[in-house]
Amino acid sequence: MTTTVTPASPRSLAARRFRRNRMALAGAVFLTAVGVLALAAPLVAGHDPNTVDLAAFREPPSAAHLLGTDSSGRDVFARLVHAGRVSLLVGLLSSLAAVAFGTLLGALAGMLGGPVDAVVMRAADVVLSFPSLVVIVVLAGVLGPGAAMLVLVFAACNWPTACRVVRGLTLSLREREYVQAARAFGAGRLTVIGRHVLPAVLPQVAVAGTLLVAQLILLEAVLSFLGLGVRPPRASWGNMLTDAQNLTLIQTMPWLWLPPGLAIALTVLAVNFVGDGLRDAVDLKGVRG
Amino acid sequence: MTPLLTVDDLAVEFRTRDGVVRAVDGVSLEVGPGEILGVVGESGSGKSVTAMSVLGLVRPPGRVVRGSVRFDGEDLLALPARRLRRIRGRRIAMIFQDPMTALNPVVPVGAQIAEAIRLHQPRLGRAAVRARVLELLASVGVADPAARYGRHPHEYSGGMRQRAMIAMALANEPDLLIADEPTTALDVTVQSQVLGLIDTATREAGAAAVLITHDLGVIAELADRVAVMYAGRVVEHGDVHQVFATPSHPYTRGLLAGRPRLEQATGGLVPIPGSPPDLLAPPPGCAFEPRCALAAGRAACRADRPEPVAVAAGHLSACHFHEEPV
Repeated sequence: MTTTVTPASPRSLAARRFRRNRMALAGAVFLTAVGVLALAAPLVAGHDPNTVDLAAFREPPSAAHLLGTDSSGRDVFARLVHAGRVSLLVGLLSSLAAVAFGTLLGALAGMLGGPVDAVVMRAADVVLSFPSLVVIVVLAGVLGPGAAMLVLVFAACNWPTACRVVRGLTLSLREREYVQAARAFGAGRLTVIGRHVLPAVLPQVAVAGTLLVAQLILLEAVLSFLGLGVRPPRASWGNMLTDAQNLTLIQTMPWLWLPPGLAIALTVLAVNFVGDGLRDAVDLKGVRG
Repeated sequence: MTPLLTVDDLAVEFRTRDGVVRAVDGVSLEVGPGEILGVVGESGSGKSVTAMSVLGLVRPPGRVVRGSVRFDGEDLLALPARRLRRIRGRRIAMIFQDPMTALNPVVPVGAQIAEAIRLHQPRLGRAAVRARVLELLASVGVADPAARYGRHPHEYSGGMRQRAMIAMALANEPDLLIADEPTTALDVTVQSQVLGLIDTATREAGAAAVLITHDLGVIAELADRVAVMYAGRVVEHGDVHQVFATPSHPYTRGLLAGRPRLEQATGGLVPIPGSPPDLLAPPPGCAFEPRCALAAGRAACRADRPEPVAVAAGHLSACHFHEEPV
């Protein structure tokens, strides 16, 4: 007679640990809400985000304009949700690109070793030794500001972090007997990367990627605020803040800067909570079996 | 008979911070088709390194410095990586010592065996691969293969894991199976089952096998021929009955005398005095000389390294004084 016992898989254990983390769960719920609002922006906005109505500029919140209007008479709520699309997309895409590129290079460097490893790691050192803000300002000047430029530059400046993490993990995985066994069964090094390395590094990479999203949303806001990122009239949370640059406006018209400011702060906070939650959920150290 | 595998004068070095360790130093072996060769020796005698170099899997700081490995007419050491990969797992398969670490802990066992098949038969459909895996698991005595297909290694018992490993090794019907201490990590009660399985599996498939172990009993039970290794060299090589009946190297004699025996329950074990030489600074003559009762300070043993000589047909011994009894 056999009894069938189905122990929880590592993945479902991690999911359970994540759900038990209230901050992470709250962050995830908030992000889902922001994501839904951004995706459904044209449906929920009620106004076109770029329609200028000079007859109704800097109007306080009202039934017609939920969060009032800005200096050009554009609906702040409409701009806020549309800006969410841009800000989230830039953060997600650039983090994804940076992490994917870094992971691939890190796995190759760790697995192939020798000259490949040396070249990749020196390249990473070079990238990390550049002040990325300066590079971005220069590139914004050369390529012209814009969301696509931001994604490209963010990815180019941020791949080394994931690369180093993945290389380190790969070096230790390479010594595992099951990797040796896979090689003895005729698997090439690329097969080993695909079968054994990438799945094993995925949790750590996901954590690093999530935390990077928060950093990059923030950086996008800073650059757009400075006029080096997303270009008006297209709205991003950063460039919405540009509107409120003088003291009088800040003091008397909080609807101009409070919504985008809160959106940035809360989103970044939520992403960080989720990232920390993921890290605690996948970190098996110190967890009793 | 043309041998399937011929290892000739193989030498492997490891560069360490303290100097160069010659882990394998002039090893020559032969395995005929369908034959089981037992390789016996203590830890560090170069058994595993020899096996890994057959598959071209010695990694830095290790390096094959001399010799050749011919398998079915091809020199494996000179083969380009791509061709070598097609031999690994398909024509020569390996069974590892500890199936717990040789299987990926987070991948279901069935999927790992399927992967071993797909590596060499990429065009086989999913259903066909699955059917083959189930057939293999059943053939190695895993009960209820369909239910165990999706289970992870930690849900298998030690014996079951090694059975799965054997199934994986047999997946592509190899001509040569290399088993590196396949029962060392197993429970004593399971050991003989697994050995029996390796025996029947190789004989049924007509495959040859190299069985690496430090258990003389295992050799006696399964092997056709035996190679005794000491300090990176083969000191005696020959038919298993011949070697066990008339051991012609003092080290082999020491090993045989050191076995625990049921019929002589009185008295303790008879160890070989001393310990193996430091491979960073091996003795210039015979590596066994410092521990050898025969050598007793003889100049030839100290100065000249003995080469293997035939003491009978197919029976080699690397001892200057192999004809002398102890």
